[in-house]
Amino acid sequence: MLHYFLRRLGGAIPTLFIIITASFFMIRTAPGGPFDRERVVPPDILANLMKAYHLDEPLWKQYLRYLGGLFQGDFGPSFKYKDFSVAELIAQGFPTSLTLGTIAIAVALSIGLTLGVWAALRQNTAVDYTATGVSMLGIAVPNFVVAPTLTLVFGLMLGWLPVGGWGSPANYVLPVVALCLPQIAAIARLTRASMIEVLGSNFVRTARAKGMPERVTITRHAIRAALLPVVSYLGPAIAQIITGSVVIEQIFSIPGIGRYFVQSSLNRDYTMVMGVTVFYGALVIFCNLVADMLYGVLDPKVRYD
Amino acid sequence: MNRVLEVTDLKTTFATPEGDVKAVGGVDFAINKGETLGVVGESGSGKSQIFMSIMGLLARNGRAAGSVKFKGEDILGLPVKELNRVRGAKMSMIFQDPMTSLNPYLSVRRQMTEVLMQHKGLSEEKAAAESVAMLENVQIPEAKRRLNMFPHEFSGGMRQRVMIAMALLCGPELLIADEPTTALDVTVQAQILEVLVGLQRDFGMAIALITHDLGVIARMADRVMVMYAGGIVEKGSVRDLFKDPQHPYTQGLLESMPRLDERESTRLTTIGGQPPNLQNLPSGCTFRDRCRYAFERCPVERPLLTPFAEGPDGAIRSKACHLPSL
Amino acid sequence: MTDMTILPATATVEVKGRSLWANARHRFLKNKAAVAGLILLVLIAIACFGAPYFGLRDQDDINWDMIQSAPDLAQGYFFGTDSNGRDLFVRTLYGGQVSLTVGIVSTLVSLVIGTLYGATAGFLGGKVDGAMMRFVDMLYSIPFIFFVILLTVFFGRQFVLIYVAIGAVNWLDMARIVRGQTLSIKRKEYIEAAHASGVSSWRIITRHIIPNCLGPVVVYMTLTVPVVILTESFISFLGMGVQEPQSSWGTLVAEGADNLEIAPWQVFGPGAVLAITLLSLNFVGDGLRDALDPKDR
Repeated sequence: MLHYFLRRLGGAIPTLFIIITASFFMIRTAPGGPFDRERVVPPDILANLMKAYHLDEPLWKQYLRYLGGLFQGDFGPSFKYKDFSVAELIAQGFPTSLTLGTIAIAVALSIGLTLGVWAALRQNTAVDYTATGVSMLGIAVPNFVVAPTLTLVFGLMLGWLPVGGWGSPANYVLPVVALCLPQIAAIARLTRASMIEVLGSNFVRTARAKGMPERVTITRHAIRAALLPVVSYLGPAIAQIITGSVVIEQIFSIPGIGRYFVQSSLNRDYTMVMGVTVFYGALVIFCNLVADMLYGVLDPKVRYD
Repeated sequence: MNRVLEVTDLKTTFATPEGDVKAVGGVDFAINKGETLGVVGESGSGKSQIFMSIMGLLARNGRAAGSVKFKGEDILGLPVKELNRVRGAKMSMIFQDPMTSLNPYLSVRRQMTEVLMQHKGLSEEKAAAESVAMLENVQIPEAKRRLNMFPHEFSGGMRQRVMIAMALLCGPELLIADEPTTALDVTVQAQILEVLVGLQRDFGMAIALITHDLGVIARMADRVMVMYAGGIVEKGSVRDLFKDPQHPYTQGLLESMPRLDERESTRLTTIGGQPPNLQNLPSGCTFRDRCRYAFERCPVERPLLTPFAEGPDGAIRSKACHLPSL
Repeated sequence: MTDMTILPATATVEVKGRSLWANARHRFLKNKAAVAGLILLVLIAIACFGAPYFGLRDQDDINWDMIQSAPDLAQGYFFGTDSNGRDLFVRTLYGGQVSLTVGIVSTLVSLVIGTLYGATAGFLGGKVDGAMMRFVDMLYSIPFIFFVILLTVFFGRQFVLIYVAIGAVNWLDMARIVRGQTLSIKRKEYIEAAHASGVSSWRIITRHIIPNCLGPVVVYMTLTVPVVILTESFISFLGMGVQEPQSSWGTLVAEGADNLEIAPWQVFGPGAVLAITLLSLNFVGDGLRDALDPKDR
């Protein structure tokens, strides 16, 4: 198992490296600088600013400087919010985004798995068609259409839930729902397909032939095998929730990192954009690692490769 | 009660968009205590579906009708809960493909102990001990260590032996073996058959041996029934059938087996034509389009399986053919 | 004694064969959802691209009397007007042109990149294949939206480049599919048979390998288009995609979301059309997949 973990880790580190390098060079070589947006700065002050931020150094030197900083947890200063460093801003916004994301994935998994298994067990009945239909909707309707719709219905028309802000549990409901709907749909679909395939497999037939109660056959033999593709999907699922949170935080005015990211992109706040990208990239890689380990627990073949 | 299994007029049909497939068209047979009944036929003859029906393992679109008595008790149509008392415990089945028949994600130990824990209420430790003993019975080396391994760490032949061990844990009176050696190498085949022979000697269970290989039948079976297009065409003791087949299909099967003492230049004999479409069976005898003896009665009237003689060991010989004799 | 004239043994019964494509087409047509989706898609495409010829209002036409009005069927404002008094229905249709074009162009880009990459990996096999696929695995874990946004910042809102950017981050699935197909086809016996009968490599590639890759590739193309359209809508929603006066479904929904409290209809018109298009694409894609892969029932 350790061997497997090390191999996975070995794949993760280069990926992180690529993210850091690619985003660095992309944002730095883009036309326009961080100070273009504001009022025109006199040239000598501009020169001083460039020097202070090391923007006058050759690109490769800036890159190494950045890497070094990263190792110490320093993402650099924010060009827009001058009193704060990127690390501070991320630290401020992350707990919020983390809460939102964690709840969303937990909800998505619980509902999605249940729905998928249920639909597979009641194949071609009303339950199955409803589940499949809802899945299709969840996948096709974008979350930035769902979110305003939900807000309209539950926030403005019915007045049950607040339309924005953050603080009380009631604030969580709409954003989480909007965020996790596509994932519920995707997970339900995946689980259903996987479960149907497993239910028709030879080893499930053997379990039944052994006279195992149907409940045992389903839980111990079928579900366990059907989970594997879902576990593989966890990495991309988390990546998609992070992606979705960018929009959701915007719509519901939630003070998380996603919002910073959008603003920073529009403002050419280099360090902030890179910082968020690297941070989230590392997070996704970490989550993928965890998902891989989970897969290894479930599938013995992979462990001993 | 000498009969372990008694099947009367078993019919199995599969509903498909293009029409009903009559996989089994009304078969009658019985298996006696401790004997080995061979079930021979081509793919699609219905030989497997008979036993899938008996074990309640039909696909979702399959329906079985008729009567199946296991030791006098009706089991066809039993609710799953009741059937689970019988399957795996008093009547077991092993399948053709050992590579996929074991759950790859659970240890062998888990898969074996759960049978004993479920049917006999044993504790995990006791169940594990009995499992080791059974693995040794099927000649798995280092059984104790192997018990804790996973299926992918076993070879094909070993996996099949694990399957056999698992099937015999509760001491069933009937073991249904659906083409147990088809997916294995020839040398491994012989080993598996030896294992089965030895186990039958030690435990005394009856075996239903489904196969398309006449050589396997010759080695192991006491009686044999030949299936074609969902029906039994001939039934009797192995000796009688091999020596003096009375159905044209059986005759064709025997003739098509290449022999060691044949001259090299003779061509291989085949049975011309194709098996009929099970959704659209021909009228009368299902074999008539390929039969060299067919006459006017054959397309008109379906021949019923009728006894016509008694073999030396008391086994009744039956055939489904209009010809008085070949 | 019955007359026993022996009848001649009749041989086989004729079985009507069906080519793989005819079979697939037959199954596809039986799938009602897929057919409905296809019809809807064609209708939407005709409506959007044919909009200039239908004699409708211009998308920039401002009606000072009808600023921010609800749908008014009598006057022909099916979706109402936006905050500038422009006919939202017409804007949706023109926006559809942008969104659909992005869908097709970006999908083609990802098709080209993915197919080349996947076919090369599958064809070369061995260690090269292993390394190439490991690279793909690594890329999978990156939330690509960040890179799309970075790329749009990079390219500074130039239309075509946005399309390319979206395509460039979506080729991973295609590469995997094509590589899988190439690998399995390479091993098939009919390739060996063709080689053995002296068929040239070029012919083998064109007559055997490519047609057999087509199925899954077509399915995935159909399933990539909605993802691409969604991505474009996403970044447009954030304000980083298509710019005024051009609009896409994403920008229209964004405007609508902004005005949710005072003019709720603004979201629903374009939002519904977007959702229906995506749903239809998914149904068609699923239908194709079911039709082409018999085991996948």
